[in-house]
Amino acid sequence: MRGLGELLITVGAVVALFVVYELWVTDMTQAHTQNRLRSELSRQWASAAPTVGPGTSSGSRPAAPTPGDAVAVLHIPRFGSGYAPVVVEGVSASALREGPGHYPGTAWPGDVGNFVVSGHRTTYGRPFNRLDELRIGEPVVVEVRDRYFIYRVTGSDVVDPTRTDVILPVPEQPGVPPTKSLLTFTTCNPKYSARTRLIVFGELTDTWPKSAGSPPELTGG
Amino acid sequence: MYGWIFRHLPGGSAAKAVLMVLLVLVVAGVLLFVVFPAVESRLPFTDVVVGQ
Repeated sequence: MRGLGELLITVGAVVALFVVYELWVTDMTQAHTQNRLRSELSRQWASAAPTVGPGTSSGSRPAAPTPGDAVAVLHIPRFGSGYAPVVVEGVSASALREGPGHYPGTAWPGDVGNFVVSGHRTTYGRPFNRLDELRIGEPVVVEVRDRYFIYRVTGSDVVDPTRTDVILPVPEQPGVPPTKSLLTFTTCNPKYSARTRLIVFGELTDTWPKSAGSPPELTGG
Repeated sequence: MYGWIFRHLPGGSAAKAVLMVLLVLVVAGVLLFVVFPAVESRLPFTDVVVGQ
């Protein structure tokens, strides 16, 4: 009986440690990784990043990033001025541990098409924890090397996890060629579950060069 | 179980206590850095993408 009691207490302690791990340790490792990505990205941006081939309109995308590379910084005024997670390339489990992930193959910020980013709602810094609070018309700013892309929220949806059509160039409209620069966020819903996905859609409304300082959306103007 | 481990550790009571704490720390470290990262991908709340 004594051995069984000790075993049960041990199991309880392991489960408690797992909860500590998910709720705090993952946040700490993610904060550490984000700091590293932030310094990598600023170094990369400072060293006049090479632009890809001729005919690129923005000249701000990294040349064929490999999964895990930092690609942009997200600013959402609704989440406060300190909210600036670094978006990485890829949506694998390991990429998403580093930060919100750009869906490979979807458009780049500012490009015509759909810039899709997935992120954790809970654990690992929970960058998309409050995604449900975004309202139509609110700004979402994507910072790249030389400019800010200002998107505005156009709507949100709660969908089945199998609904891959939300990340199409024109969301939920297969086969339709894109004419606008759109943005789509995906995260799990409800919190601590994976029953459905929370999707937030946005559309590019403005572009602001860094030479002109910070856009009014970020300075509170 | 813990009594058995304690009796089989070398040294006096103080040394045994220190070794016991070290053992607990090692087990916690293995859980935090090896076991938990491996099992969490099987849990639902880390699924954030569509199409799986």
